[in-house]
Amino acid sequence: MIRSRRRVAPPPSGDFTSTNRRLLEVDDLKTHFRTPRGLVRAVDGVSFTLDRGRTLGLVGESGCGKSVLSRSIMGLLPSTADRSGEIRFGGIRLDELGPKALRDYWGTQLSMVFQDPMTSLNPVMKIGRQIAESLEVHTDMDKDQIRETALSLLRSVHIPEAERRLNQYPHELSGGMRQRVVIAIALACGPALLFADEPTTALDVTVQAQILDLLGEQQRERDMAVVLVSHDLGVVAGRTHDIAVMYAGQIVEMAPTRTLFAEVRMPYTEALLQSAPRVENPSHTRLAVIGGRPPDLIDPPKGCRFAARCPYVQPRCREEQPPLIEADTPGHVFRCWYPVGTDKGREALEKNLAAELPQAEAAVTGAAVAVEAS
Amino acid sequence: MPDRDSRDLVDLADIPSLAPTSTAAPVDLVSAEGGTPLLGRKARQGKLGVIGWLSLGWLVLISLAAILAPILPIPDPDEQTASLARQPPMTDGHILGGDGLGRDLFSRIIWGARASLTLAVCAILIGIVVGGLLGLVAGYFRGRTDGVLTAVFDVLLSFPQLILALTLVTVFASGEGVSGSRRMIFLILALGVVSVPVLARITRGSTLSWAQREFVQAARSIGARNRLIMFSEVLPNVLPAMFSVALLGVAVVIVAEGGLSVLGVGVQLPTPSWGNIIAEGRSDLTDSPHIVLWPTFVIFLTVFALNYLGDVVRAHFDVRESAL
Repeated sequence: MIRSRRRVAPPPSGDFTSTNRRLLEVDDLKTHFRTPRGLVRAVDGVSFTLDRGRTLGLVGESGCGKSVLSRSIMGLLPSTADRSGEIRFGGIRLDELGPKALRDYWGTQLSMVFQDPMTSLNPVMKIGRQIAESLEVHTDMDKDQIRETALSLLRSVHIPEAERRLNQYPHELSGGMRQRVVIAIALACGPALLFADEPTTALDVTVQAQILDLLGEQQRERDMAVVLVSHDLGVVAGRTHDIAVMYAGQIVEMAPTRTLFAEVRMPYTEALLQSAPRVENPSHTRLAVIGGRPPDLIDPPKGCRFAARCPYVQPRCREEQPPLIEADTPGHVFRCWYPVGTDKGREALEKNLAAELPQAEAAVTGAAVAVEAS
Repeated sequence: MPDRDSRDLVDLADIPSLAPTSTAAPVDLVSAEGGTPLLGRKARQGKLGVIGWLSLGWLVLISLAAILAPILPIPDPDEQTASLARQPPMTDGHILGGDGLGRDLFSRIIWGARASLTLAVCAILIGIVVGGLLGLVAGYFRGRTDGVLTAVFDVLLSFPQLILALTLVTVFASGEGVSGSRRMIFLILALGVVSVPVLARITRGSTLSWAQREFVQAARSIGARNRLIMFSEVLPNVLPAMFSVALLGVAVVIVAEGGLSVLGVGVQLPTPSWGNIIAEGRSDLTDSPHIVLWPTFVIFLTVFALNYLGDVVRAHFDVRESAL
């Protein structure tokens, strides 16, 4: 869309050809925060890849490292963070770039939509100025061109009366409109990869679907890769190609969206699925709850990180951390010694039920409700 | 009336904006000041109200008088008429009477506004530019930069303010043969230096909280440079806090010039300033108190108006924040 760029990243080499659609490769990414209490392992060894035009859903509870992961890839971390591992973006090692070099990628190649449109827009700047800022930083456009581009951006995110909006302040717009503006700003310089960090969490339920549809539409039009961060499996279910489930700083299960829902292997994913409300359940069906809290990321448990809350837990789980194991379907990986839906898993659950392990009983009663309903 | 020497010194130390306060967030500015200003219901709501309009009117009036002094139909402020010396107000058409040397007091107060207001506004401008810049840098970059700068502000604040200004003016612009303009420039510089750490701290506090907002990260995530973010994202949000403190600062500097005049290093005579009119009038305090009383009253009104408007500005912009 924008051709003349003043200080733009070196033109990507042969990596963006149609034969090689690989856009992002993350390898053993670790982000640790130095705090007075000790080292917080917010992201602890995450690897994944993302192709052009694909959407990856990143799901997990609060505090499991979803946001930190996307900010680590962007390079938007505070100075108290230590990052290690490799991040290759179109063949370029992003992790080796300094802040100055990274600035040329921000906005033009990598962009981010933040969670709360109330706080991610500057209250004292007009909408038009905020959109223009990105264009001014990265392009040579003159005033009229910038205005025209800003207008067409606002129209493309379906903001009515775009012309009038340019001269309005954020507080004059509704939450949904503001989030559309935030998306317009993020898209201004045509990024190849967009991080959407819980883009609908702060919005009214009725607006959520609109914003997600808008993101999907823009993604298809621009052939953009999107990382959609959410704590809600329902949000990512129909809108992503792949889903990565995170727990305590690690990816615990990753699969193409359809496969994940059909062949859950990791007990944590299963628990997440069961804790989401379903339309087919009768009203007033009790929601299953995952008891307990995620482990302390300063001193994570030795074995499986979900062991303390897992209905399938066995002695081995508390001793040995499971690696990412490949499932039958290609592209489906999970971390579990006693996977859901296998004989091993069923045996483990039966053993736990016999031993009257509370989380196993809770899981079964929750499941029983679901079975009754269907 | 008590001795002006001690009064001015005590006043200065009691002014909250000169006392070393730390202000963490723009919101805290209100609570930190503590309590409601007298007659300040409208001020709290961020509306001008009757008192606000009167304050604004007064400031406009004295500013106009100061600017237009040369063309106003008033007597020469330096012309001495022996018969007018120490005469009460309304003598021979002299509205406020005469001072100790028989000069028209009304005319001197108007000409004095020129010196006092120029001095105060220029000194605070120095404070805003230098202090604002340092505060912005400290609050935005934090870490070591902030540590060093804050230490400098603390050192500057720990000097008794009036003594610091007194020393600077005495060393650089006092003694025989110092021209009035040289004295003026050094007064502005000295009082400017004094106001720098105050404005720097306010700006730093406000910047600290605004620079943590998500929109600053959002600006970073589209590739904006630090300089652009500081000036176009953070500064406009910090300005209201700076402006309200600057208004209070102007009031403090007007009073401080009075203090310096009493100590003999105010605006150089014969150029009148509100401070040196009071300083000169001290000797006649028992017989002709009006010579001290009128300029004091003018200072009182001006300082009151500035403080009141400062409160209005602060409250007004707090409302904007809570509305978001």
